[in-house]
Amino acid sequence: MYSYSEFDKDFITERNKQFRGQVARRIDGSLTEDEFKPLRLMNGLYLQLHAYMLRIAIPYGTLNSAKMRQLAMIAKRWDKGYGHFTTRQNIQFNWPKLGDVPDILDALAEVDMHAIQTSGNCIRNVTADHFAGAAADEIEDPRPVAELLRQWSTDHPEFAFLPRKFKIAITGSPNDRAVTKAHDIGLRMVRNEEGAPGFEVIVGGGLGRTPMIGQVIRDFLPKADLLPYVEAILQVYNLLGRRDNKYKARIKITVHENGIETIRDMVEERFGILREEFGGADQALLGEIEAAFAPPQFKTADTSEFENRLNSDPMFRSFADTNLTEHKNSDHAIVSVSLKKHGATPGDATANQMRVLADMAERYGHDELRISHEQNVILPHVHKSDIPAVYDALRAADLATANIGLISDIIACPGMDYCALATARSIPIAQEIASRFDELKLEHEIGPMKIKISGCINACGHHHVGHIGILGLDRAGVENYQITLGGDGSEAAAVGERAGPGFTADELMPALERLIDAYLDIRATDEEPFIDTVRRVGLSPFKAALYPSEAIAAE
Amino acid sequence: MPKPFTPKVLTASRLMEGEVAYFDGKIWVPLLAEAKLFLNENEAEDALAAAKARPDLFVGPYLVDAHNGEDGVEPAHFREAFRTTGPSNYFHGKQAERS
Repeated sequence: MYSYSEFDKDFITERNKQFRGQVARRIDGSLTEDEFKPLRLMNGLYLQLHAYMLRIAIPYGTLNSAKMRQLAMIAKRWDKGYGHFTTRQNIQFNWPKLGDVPDILDALAEVDMHAIQTSGNCIRNVTADHFAGAAADEIEDPRPVAELLRQWSTDHPEFAFLPRKFKIAITGSPNDRAVTKAHDIGLRMVRNEEGAPGFEVIVGGGLGRTPMIGQVIRDFLPKADLLPYVEAILQVYNLLGRRDNKYKARIKITVHENGIETIRDMVEERFGILREEFGGADQALLGEIEAAFAPPQFKTADTSEFENRLNSDPMFRSFADTNLTEHKNSDHAIVSVSLKKHGATPGDATANQMRVLADMAERYGHDELRISHEQNVILPHVHKSDIPAVYDALRAADLATANIGLISDIIACPGMDYCALATARSIPIAQEIASRFDELKLEHEIGPMKIKISGCINACGHHHVGHIGILGLDRAGVENYQITLGGDGSEAAAVGERAGPGFTADELMPALERLIDAYLDIRATDEEPFIDTVRRVGLSPFKAALYPSEAIAAE
Repeated sequence: MPKPFTPKVLTASRLMEGEVAYFDGKIWVPLLAEAKLFLNENEAEDALAAAKARPDLFVGPYLVDAHNGEDGVEPAHFREAFRTTGPSNYFHGKQAERS
């Protein structure tokens, strides 16, 4: 894991000192809210529906035990004993008091963390594949490049006032777990014909009110050219991006309005100049960063205890079936810890749960933890012989729900329970869906399923790329939920199609049950996942299930 | 033609905690039920201007539709109803303070 250099530490200390002064001046009345608001947002501090909210970056979703314990400490000391992990691999505290925030930021700095650039029209926290460095299908660990991008983008003076916010996602695997095609820039590691690693560069993806799948601007970019190329994209966007209309200011609109060819030509021209200017300085830095991400020394040990437990304990087997992923070292596994216990709030972890996760990482997981954009926590490197002990400890902390990738593993934004922008609630909808399908005992029969819920059109809950997407709106003063079908956030990315008119909260659950019944009825085999059935048969049978009275009327 | 004025309350977040507060005509109170329901537009706008003049106490004051109910003033919209209670996933916020 990357540790802050003296430069990083001084920078954060200075920024925190500045913010402490700004908070003091806000409290004593010398700064108005209009003056203070941009300053607090630059430090991740929002004012939400019931209280302030502090959004803390977890760069490329990577934590160690010390960081996780500090988050637990902050949750306990200054918040209400829990934190909320978000779809951008951040953590949010929902109840900090303004006067405490400078102390919270100092506590974060102690463990090389901050809340800088978690808001505003700048380059946000760079997100990455949560299985980075561990996945069997990976070409290379993308995190050194992500860290390089973090250092380059942090406080970059040229990109502090972009037309709009800017999000970069990176994956080192051909199987895209980082939703790269729905980001302003998506970087997907590929090999060229000679077998050298580089990136497929995708630009202009995004969700929100105008969802778009990103377009490939470069099939293959040599790894060494990444930073000047990304800077070239940012420069072109900074120049062309619209500042006259907030809703047309993201790069997806810039690409759409100018065409990918024009953007590509302009980027290539700037890139030619920048590559010379960089002169390889970034590669020397990358070399140092890569050393900090050297793979751990994987142990060798007998795995028979793991096999025995699989054969003797059905609960453990169920956990292993859903929550373990193949590791590049076959005696190890990637353990996904679900923060989606049926009926619980997606992405929330208590301070105690954070401590247990830190303990597991330290004792059994090479001190590594990841936060996924799917709002779960990952122990990326666990030897199979240790998995029974990890499972037992997780179970004791209510963290052993065996539902990764299933219908109850729902992404949900905070919605109108917390968010000032929301038009409807998301969390209670997620809670109800998870509880209901658990009650029906249908979860495992349904199989792979991604439900994603947003409480407003801004789509923090990624509903557009949910196999089933749910969008909460305010319709004439009543919460109303629109369903989209067929969305996909993987390498086969697709924006879901709206199924029809929305449902009230009361109508939604029965509608979803009809939809799932229809799927179970028409799938080709028990193994055909929902998304494949939708692709095979189209939306008609699902629309008929959602809107039965209309189907009858049409006959 | 301008829209006719509908009864409103004055609400804001407190600077230090971000907690929702309502103006009762004299002081700021935590409960919407005790808020003053403005029936006169000029009076409401004057109160809003006075709140805006106290940025050391309040953030983002605004007027919002409400009406009289059985137990005092009630919100017109569900968003404001949530602001009077707190989140629905945990017993936190105003609902917890009240009990």
